[in-house]
Amino acid sequence: MRASRLDGVLVLAGFLLVWQGLYMLVGGDVVPSPSSAIVRAAALLRSANFWKDAASTGQAFVLACAIGIAGGACIGFVLGSSRFATEVADPILGTIYSIPKITLYPIILLVFGLTLSAKVAFGVIHGIFPVIIATMAALRNVSPVHRRTARALRLSWGATIATVLAPAALPEVFTGIRIGVAVTLLGTLLAELFASSSGVGFALIRAMEIHNVVDIFALVLLIFLFAAAINGLLHILERKLRRHA
Amino acid sequence: MREAGGHIEARGLTKVFRGAPGGKGIHALGPLDLDVRSGEFFSIVGPSGCGKSTLLDTLAGLSSPTGGTVACNGVPLAGRVPDGIGVVFQQDASFAWLDVWDNVAFGLRRRGLAASEISRRVEYALSFMGLAAFAKSYPAQLSGGMRQRVCIARTLVLEPSIMLLDEPFAALDQQTRLLMGDELLRIWRDTGATIVLITHALDEATMLSDRIGLMSARPGRFIDIVSTHWPRERDSRIVSDRRFGDITARLWTNLRAESLRAIGSGAAQE
Amino acid sequence: MSFQPTKTAVVRVLIVAGAFAALEILCRASIINRMTMIPPTEMVAALWQILESGRYNADIAFTVVNTAAAVVLSVVGGFAVGAILHALPRLRRALEPLLSAYYAVPVFVFYPLLIVAFGVGRAALIAMGALVGIVAMIVNTLGGLDRVSPVLTKTAAVLSIDRLRSLVLIRLPAAGPHLVTGVKLSVAYSVIGIVAGEFILSTAGIGKRIAFGYQDFDNRTMYGMLLLLLVLVMIVNGALAGWEKRLHHRFGVP
Repeated sequence: MRASRLDGVLVLAGFLLVWQGLYMLVGGDVVPSPSSAIVRAAALLRSANFWKDAASTGQAFVLACAIGIAGGACIGFVLGSSRFATEVADPILGTIYSIPKITLYPIILLVFGLTLSAKVAFGVIHGIFPVIIATMAALRNVSPVHRRTARALRLSWGATIATVLAPAALPEVFTGIRIGVAVTLLGTLLAELFASSSGVGFALIRAMEIHNVVDIFALVLLIFLFAAAINGLLHILERKLRRHA
Repeated sequence: MREAGGHIEARGLTKVFRGAPGGKGIHALGPLDLDVRSGEFFSIVGPSGCGKSTLLDTLAGLSSPTGGTVACNGVPLAGRVPDGIGVVFQQDASFAWLDVWDNVAFGLRRRGLAASEISRRVEYALSFMGLAAFAKSYPAQLSGGMRQRVCIARTLVLEPSIMLLDEPFAALDQQTRLLMGDELLRIWRDTGATIVLITHALDEATMLSDRIGLMSARPGRFIDIVSTHWPRERDSRIVSDRRFGDITARLWTNLRAESLRAIGSGAAQE
Repeated sequence: MSFQPTKTAVVRVLIVAGAFAALEILCRASIINRMTMIPPTEMVAALWQILESGRYNADIAFTVVNTAAAVVLSVVGGFAVGAILHALPRLRRALEPLLSAYYAVPVFVFYPLLIVAFGVGRAALIAMGALVGIVAMIVNTLGGLDRVSPVLTKTAAVLSIDRLRSLVLIRLPAAGPHLVTGVKLSVAYSVIGIVAGEFILSTAGIGKRIAFGYQDFDNRTMYGMLLLLLVLVMIVNGALAGWEKRLHHRFGVP
């Protein structure tokens, strides 16, 4: 659609203008110029070291997604299929979700040490809850009419789940997955910020410690682009799902 | 006290909705002429998608016509809702966060009336609509019919000279509808306001109105206006009058053809 | 509210109590190493001691005030931005992908920049907390305003209420349940932003005490303060969740 692409370009231009303005206002010690950050980002994309870091983060991210998203959907489905279980679990989950995950960081570090497992664990504790909560909500929002229809058609329990509940709940579950993936990435990066010796988050810490603002901004830009790309992809998938819903 | 009911005139009224950029517009309404006389009960019926709600929006000043004019009490509408018009919508418009009393008082508070006057009007409207016992209840605790009564009460306290109702009872069951119809007649007689009712139910229109305007399929125009000549003191039991069937039959004969056209052309619900 | 234990409540209590009991046993039996975790009962004892002695009161107050300030900024700022975006659909559509991707970016990395801008002190922390919390409020404001039935805006027009008053008197209350959800999330995120900042800066606050406890291998202090943070968050979140639920009930949302 022409109009929205033009809008996207306008927003991007506006953003760059604000950035440039900020740079001129506070000076290159605090905020680097957009051009220097972009050039540095491009350079990073050509550097082998960056890709080593990216691979390290990526590995943890993918593992955390697999465990967190899949696990979350399963748990959410199991809990959501039973009204009693949903009622019992809802407040507990809500409370756990509201616990600032940072309180668990020291514990995870003590348990796993500075390893890949710690990163994956961070990612999982961030991502699993939105997925569980969204899955349970999705199942709850499946209109009772659907369940009654399934009973009227005398579908077995398994067939009901596979052919009625799952498709009906899928779009909403997917929204939860989209959020889950975003925060899993965040969790993985945070793990690298606080306690790691590899990965993009660690590269950020290195840049922070020597106050290399250009690197900080370049890395954040790349992270943001990556996150936006994944989010955009999931958005497209979600819209396809909703069209069929 | 209250002035006589207001009157509305529409001349050459047309409404075209802009479609997707580059596409054709949707010619929803008109051109049509309408004269609603002071103090009368006028119903508008028509097939689905014929533009009834669009017509009401234009008469109320909620939307501007693409062509033609609408005048309320001789004053042309200028893109806003004029004073003295009350509107009751099909969907529930009660404010969930206020109790019934505050809901009804809402429109009055903006007008700078004295608190005692507000109280007086609200108490009167509540007892008039049979809501006095529910003044402290919240809309979510009430049935659909009660909530519509709250919306009607909210309109009544403003003492409108014209009341426009867009299928207000569509979401209610048949029996509640008949009783609400009686309520509406009572309101009409007691307030002397002009009432314009949009409905898809022919029996409702025939039972309640002085005149009924029958709209064609989209683009909506009036193809017939039927006068019932009912006495002012009437209620739902008018159904037993021997002319009731004749009037409904005349409406349906014309409406049936239009409805078939509307369905055939794939006109979507408004 | 009468205190009648329902079946679900009983099961819930059993689950939570069971989890605690399991943790306690695992710790006491040294299956979980003392260096990793101390038994829950000792965590509670440590917390009690901290509160009784009052030696970290200044830090606790520091964090609480920071969070309150950040929440106010997030909620007010978030609602304003959300309302403006809602009124400008083109701008909203263009910015929406940015909002979705926002929470994937660790905004913490801007700490050094905030410090240079605001100095080493609470302003940087509050700014960070607000930055983390504001988007949750924006997203929920948009969602809430979206769900305001169009018939309510028409009613405002019929009652001759201007746009600004319509926003404040009708659309804001109508979006109530979603806005309270936004506040709840803003609080949660702001706390994270501020405590994480206190971890890193380690000048004052609950985060500082946790960080020091971790670094000094002082598990009692660390877990005591962690528990305190947990309890405080649970109390505030519980209150907000209760408000959220009452609003949903008032609005008749099942």
